[in-house]
Amino acid sequence: MSAGNQADHHDAHGADGVPHGSLRGYVVGFLLSVVLTAIPFWLVMNDVLGNATLTAIVIMIFAAVQIVVHMIYFLHMNSRSEGGWTMMALIFTIIIVAIALAGSLWVMYHLNTNMMPTDMHRM
Amino acid sequence: MAKATAKAKAQAANGVPAFYVTEDEHAHSGGSTMLGFWLYLMSDCLVFAVLFATHGVLGRNYAAGPSGADLFDLRLVAINTAMLLSSSITYGFAMLAMDKGRQAAVQGWLVVTGLFGLAFVAIELYEFAHLIHEGATPMRSAFLSSFFALVGTHGLHVSFGLVWMVVLMTQVARRGLIEANRRRLMCLSMFWHFLDVVWIGVFTFVYLMGVLK
Repeated sequence: MSAGNQADHHDAHGADGVPHGSLRGYVVGFLLSVVLTAIPFWLVMNDVLGNATLTAIVIMIFAAVQIVVHMIYFLHMNSRSEGGWTMMALIFTIIIVAIALAGSLWVMYHLNTNMMPTDMHRM
Repeated sequence: MAKATAKAKAQAANGVPAFYVTEDEHAHSGGSTMLGFWLYLMSDCLVFAVLFATHGVLGRNYAAGPSGADLFDLRLVAINTAMLLSSSITYGFAMLAMDKGRQAAVQGWLVVTGLFGLAFVAIELYEFAHLIHEGATPMRSAFLSSFFALVGTHGLHVSFGLVWMVVLMTQVARRGLIEANRRRLMCLSMFWHFLDVVWIGVFTFVYLMGVLK
């Protein structure tokens, strides 16, 4: 490997490394986050919807959207960085997290309802 | 045999025998650090996922003790959320200053970020102390055990992030914005923003939904 070749190789790594974002990106991400945080707090603190289940579903949607906003504007996720491997790792993690969360809640809920002599939620 | 001859020739040319690979293509510093650190964050994500699952399972088992609706002060949680969110954007400003090579601005924004982070940890410790004072200790119920485990783990992460930030500020003060320090600041940036992402889950699933029912 010649010296020139090596320099090219290094430059390529510098260019396709993790992008640092722009001032506009950070400000847009911050403003979106403020709105996406304020609305769920407002909904719960003032009991706007008047229905606990509906409120829970709505604030979970807000949380999911805000996580995506943070991923894009603060963590600068895209399908190109590190040759797509960060995105692959993220998708893999999301799948594992979904299995762990859904599996735990599902199994333990059924254990609760099948094994408990009385309904624990009413105690 | 031919290999051994080539090796001998190479040693003769260099004058010193080489017992390790001197020109590894992947040995340049920092080439894959970001991917490696991202993988660490993903494994940390699994730690938090398990703690969230535990809280999801045990979060309603009050053992005739206080519930989230009795204990949580949402105004305090809102202030805490504002602290962490503000620290995220000020760290972003530090990274933008780093791109322009302005060392003083980087240090200034890191100080602001650190103060927001410190405020977050202080408010959380105040909240914990308040809960324990009221008798809502981790031993009181399964709900409180899982609450302290999840929120405490997040708080510990933020605390270690603060230690890391002070170390990096010292590094930047001594060595300047060299390549290695830029890489380290990038890693802490990812760590810090990641903790903010986890906090979204905490305030939604633990505090807001804990108050709901």
